[in-house]
Amino acid sequence: MDRHCPLPLENHDTVQLAHGAGGRLADELLGKLFMPLLHNRFLARRDDQALLPAFSGKLAFTTDSYVVTPLFFPGGDIGSLSVHGTVNDLAVGGAVPRYLSAGFVLEEGFPIAELERVVRSMAAAARECGVEVVTGDTKVVGRGQCDGMFITTSGIGELRDGVDLSCSNLRPGDRIIVSGTLGDHGIALLTARHGLSFTGSALRSDSAPLHRLVAAMLDRYRGVHAMRDATRGGLSAVLNELASASAVGIVLQEDTLPVDSAVRGAAELLGIDPLEVANEGKLVAVVPQGEAEGVLEAMRTCPDGTGRNAALVGEVVQEHPGMVVMETGFGSRRIVEMPLGEQLPRIC
Amino acid sequence: MKYIDEYRDAEVVRRIAERLAQATTRPWTIMEICGGQTHSILRYGLDQLLPEGISLVHGPGCPVCVTSVKTIDRAIAIASKPGTLLAAFGDMLRVPGSSGDLAAARSRGGDVRFVFSPLEALQLARENPHKEVVFLAVGFETTAPGNAMAVRQAAREGLMNFSVLVSHFLVPPAMEAILASSGNRIQGFLGAGHVCTVTGTEPYLPIARKFQTPVVVAGFEPVDLLSAILRLVQMLEEELVGVENAYGRVVEPQGNPAAAAVVREVFEVADVAWRGIGVIPASGLVLRESFREWDALRKFELGGVDTADDVRCRSGDVLAGRITPDSCDAFGRECRPEHPLGAPMVSGEGACAAYYRYRCSSAKPFSC
Amino acid sequence: MCLAIPGKVTSIEKENGLRMGLVAINGSMTRACLEYVPDIEVGQYTIVHAGFALKVIDEEEARESLEIWKGLLGE
Repeated sequence: MDRHCPLPLENHDTVQLAHGAGGRLADELLGKLFMPLLHNRFLARRDDQALLPAFSGKLAFTTDSYVVTPLFFPGGDIGSLSVHGTVNDLAVGGAVPRYLSAGFVLEEGFPIAELERVVRSMAAAARECGVEVVTGDTKVVGRGQCDGMFITTSGIGELRDGVDLSCSNLRPGDRIIVSGTLGDHGIALLTARHGLSFTGSALRSDSAPLHRLVAAMLDRYRGVHAMRDATRGGLSAVLNELASASAVGIVLQEDTLPVDSAVRGAAELLGIDPLEVANEGKLVAVVPQGEAEGVLEAMRTCPDGTGRNAALVGEVVQEHPGMVVMETGFGSRRIVEMPLGEQLPRIC
Repeated sequence: MKYIDEYRDAEVVRRIAERLAQATTRPWTIMEICGGQTHSILRYGLDQLLPEGISLVHGPGCPVCVTSVKTIDRAIAIASKPGTLLAAFGDMLRVPGSSGDLAAARSRGGDVRFVFSPLEALQLARENPHKEVVFLAVGFETTAPGNAMAVRQAAREGLMNFSVLVSHFLVPPAMEAILASSGNRIQGFLGAGHVCTVTGTEPYLPIARKFQTPVVVAGFEPVDLLSAILRLVQMLEEELVGVENAYGRVVEPQGNPAAAAVVREVFEVADVAWRGIGVIPASGLVLRESFREWDALRKFELGGVDTADDVRCRSGDVLAGRITPDSCDAFGRECRPEHPLGAPMVSGEGACAAYYRYRCSSAKPFSC
Repeated sequence: MCLAIPGKVTSIEKENGLRMGLVAINGSMTRACLEYVPDIEVGQYTIVHAGFALKVIDEEEARESLEIWKGLLGE
């Protein structure tokens, strides 16, 4: 086995129950795997808590658990996802992401080499996002009690001045912007789970950090009304939540929604709506009418490319409060419902 | 997308709708029998493009919706046994049985997996030699060839830990039952395009003649559906009876003989119960005796379960086109997609769920 | 019933004694059993339902019918 780990762990290829029990093995896992890969001054102290410097403004605080399968998928893995997801939750709140915690639940028998691969990926993602993983925990559960690995990351960020992003800020006349193609992550993972039927599929998750994109948007116009990352439930879920919270209606133009052609093909075959599946590198923004073009331009020119396919897809209206309506290219309309839950392939 | 985008051309659709409006001089009630067509109609709001007089009734062409409660209960019973793996199409996840659905069985520890193709189920059997893998083989004539191939392949490979729980239905007997029922309002049919890809259009001619009801075989895209509706209305206006094909790029009069042959090799026609409707003679498929070793009904002792549809559920009337979903008292109240009383509220193609999901009418306020 | 989507066959091979193919649907690849389209060749289009190709698309017929409709637009 080709190890990239700085120091080999004594005698163990796989995670043992004892690795989570706080004794010598746990200490070894921390010292020889987590710390070298995630190294920072906080972890180096080996304290039970990280003592953070004081912030001048408000703090944003978020948490998320990651239970994705498969653990490694085209375009990402559970490690990078757990960093991007939490960074994005902070970013869309108008906060600059700073610190993360990481809790791991590992299944007994999980290969150490894969754990190392995941943590290495987390570390790279954290570096790229300019955040540090300052505290963490590891537990091990018996074989079959979890699917390989679950990760929970919590994140702290500093709120920017003059920003008031809230799901209750929508006003009639506001424009709805999406930062790029929809459905990439959810469809990529579905095809990965049905590998037999989708061998050779080139679909990739869009897992990516959005903090630079948000910075570009807020620098262009600080008064953006609302921003959400479109994860579970996709665009449909986010828009329904926003419409409900603000007691306004939303009208979408179907022809303007950006969907990658390969994603579209797979989605048609699976019978899944790309608007209802998770995105892991896309956000939805609600911007007053007069500022929409400017913000869109800032997104499209954001140097890291995360907003290159940003598009104006709809508007907020006074009618049908709480309801999201789609205008089709045929001049007909339909209601976009809150998705019910699991998206599964259908034959019908 | 080739062979899709051209058939979603808004300008072509608009022009066909215009001609349809010109061609319609009297009210007509037509049924599309295929759940996939229902889905398309509602997804694109095609019913909003029809002239006033045309009433579209959504028929029982959703195998998920018409699968009997008993079959769901049996699937759940199998999934709940240790050492078994139940594989099914995703649509089956939330179909209510007598008490609970497959999702609930999974949450209680049953090994339930969703597959895109019966070949995936076969692969699960190969990869899990110590488990009894049962595939819930649901569908109409379109899905039968694939399901038949999986069984035949299992037999050829001697894969003894694979079996199927069959819930297969045939369209023509359902059409006859609807047309023969008292109070039938259906004057014309849109034939199920992918079913006819397999069976051809010939089986529909005797029905068209017997009931003096024209049939136009239709595809699934907006241009396909509207052009088929236009042709059907033209036939109705001119009192023409017969079967015409508006999906010629994949449907031929003789269908796909290779596929039909394998279906005949593996399955035979039987009287089966349609959920919400009852038994329709010679309307379904069961495994032939020669494949009994792959028949889950024989492999597992599945005792009679007390099966009863919820009395508030009017799925039978909906599926037969006697009422529209929103005429049912429970629609949108006790019966919603998140807590369905009956099968047509479960699958996106079920008439009730499709109505609920895509409901949007400029005439009515947005409410349900 | 019957969600079946058109795609182009890009390669054909045998697996477990069955004729299988890779079908490209708008750039996304799916693997389908080609036993029911025994004469299909690479480059031809078919419709795929639940992992099975059910018919070779009659491209001539498709072109003609679309032209009829487009012709109507000129009226």
